[in-house]
Amino acid sequence: MDVEYIAHLARIRLTDEEKERFAGQLGQILAYVEELGELDVEGVEPTAHAVPVHNVFREDVARPGLDRDTVLGNAPATRSDQFLVPRIIE
Amino acid sequence: MTDHSRLTFEGAADLLASGGATSADLVRALFNRIDAVDKTVCAYTWLDREQAVRDAEAADTLRASGGGGRYTGVPIAVKDVLNVKDQPCTCGSRILEGYTAPYDATVIRRLKDAGVVICGRVNMDEFAMGSSNENSAFGPVRNPWQPDHVPGGSSGGSAAAVAADEAIAALGSDTGGSIRQPASFCGCVGLKPSYGRVSRYGLTAYASSLDQIGPITKTVRDAAALLGLIAGHDSADSTSVQAETAGIGDDLGKGIKGMKLGLPREYFIDGMDPDVEARVRDAVEVCRGLGAEIVDVSLPRTKYAVGTYYIIATAEASANLARFDGVRYGARVEGDDPISMYGATRAAGFGSEVKRRIILGTYVLSSGYYDAYYLRAQKVRTLIREDFDHAFQSCDAILTPVAPTAAYRLGENTDDPLKMYLGDIFTVTANLAGICGLSVPCGFTSAHLPVGLQILGPAFRENTILRVGHTYEQATDWHTRRAMP
Repeated sequence: MDVEYIAHLARIRLTDEEKERFAGQLGQILAYVEELGELDVEGVEPTAHAVPVHNVFREDVARPGLDRDTVLGNAPATRSDQFLVPRIIE
Repeated sequence: MTDHSRLTFEGAADLLASGGATSADLVRALFNRIDAVDKTVCAYTWLDREQAVRDAEAADTLRASGGGGRYTGVPIAVKDVLNVKDQPCTCGSRILEGYTAPYDATVIRRLKDAGVVICGRVNMDEFAMGSSNENSAFGPVRNPWQPDHVPGGSSGGSAAAVAADEAIAALGSDTGGSIRQPASFCGCVGLKPSYGRVSRYGLTAYASSLDQIGPITKTVRDAAALLGLIAGHDSADSTSVQAETAGIGDDLGKGIKGMKLGLPREYFIDGMDPDVEARVRDAVEVCRGLGAEIVDVSLPRTKYAVGTYYIIATAEASANLARFDGVRYGARVEGDDPISMYGATRAAGFGSEVKRRIILGTYVLSSGYYDAYYLRAQKVRTLIREDFDHAFQSCDAILTPVAPTAAYRLGENTDDPLKMYLGDIFTVTANLAGICGLSVPCGFTSAHLPVGLQILGPAFRENTILRVGHTYEQATDWHTRRAMP
């Protein structure tokens, strides 16, 4: 596994020590899960949920959401009643 | 004066009803107990004593005026992964530093509606990822029976608090054994309800297709009472099921004479602690003596369950934990652009096990590997479900150990994640299959550590496993032993 590349996809910056340690540990775990390859799964339906799940609908009626000030109060940075993030477009 | 911290959930309800104590008395007794032992156990992450006493006094006032219900004023601790309005919810992680929950989880809403008082929040493995409670950003919880041993995880704080009489009962969550295994390690009762039985709204998600909330208690009757309070369909969780919730616990006193209890040969494996195996086999004989018929069953795909679980759970976790990005809540580490801000925030905010699982989950979902890992695991999950469907055709419930060992020493498995994962072999299957499972104390190892008997039942047959558990428990006295004087 290319740990550095996968960590980038997962948006986690790793130290060199972590890259090395995780590469070894994840390699062991992946080697272990290889045993799933022993099973014949030809024609077996995958299970995404143990209980069959169907679309659940409700009437399209507006309901109150969470209080805006309370929600924004949890954010690290806000401006003008919105979440503030670093500049994306120059 | 009797020590109210030793009460069971039902015993506390009885005492309040008789007028023998007030809710405020119970809450103060718990705080005294916490002051006496939590320096050793480290179960709690957060307490608001004034608020808890105010809530207790409000319950007392309601009760005095003839209002409220049976459980009005009974205090309970909640795992730090459940959102309670105006309380922090750390999930055992630094990344949620400063977060205050803006709403109640559905289970909390239901407890509050019943008048139950939240007395504090208890420690856990970060984002419920772990089997020893050593992955908390706030330090490990210790096993009340032997404080140099782990309490199990991820609901280690819930189990340790109940075992040390720092809580009358607690809520935990179970994704791969996180209620049953710590209950077993700490000598408590732990119930993982069937998938869909309890609303997950307000439970910070780890693996959404596996997570369930459930109780950790001192008796099976208490577990039944709490399940009755928290179960039921909820429009805020579209995976919660419209199943009958009236009558949960009604079968407790019916005994197990004539019931068929299955013993799966794949759950008694080489390398398991011989004391654990012996205690579980003793428990099986007790059940036989109580009139149950013991039948051999086979769950042939058991050996693939750990691999299947760690692919599916980490895949789901990698998606669920994407929300912790330093934008809407919690801590942020600044960066020049969003990508570097995300990377730095998540580097600083997550611990090693969470990073490992997110990376593993991202990998098994990534282009070129999805079919080989994730899709294959979902297919093996189907086979594991079919194993249970088949086994339950010849028995009412299944008896197994909860874990291959009793509690181990702190630090013993921390350098070897795979070894830690293999300890989940007997519990992950219930989550993969969506069935219910109960852990009941069944004795001690020669090193005086508790052992748990696992009772597995078909989906939505909680009454069956509670009945087996209660009947066994009442025939033994393991549940009456206390961990700390």
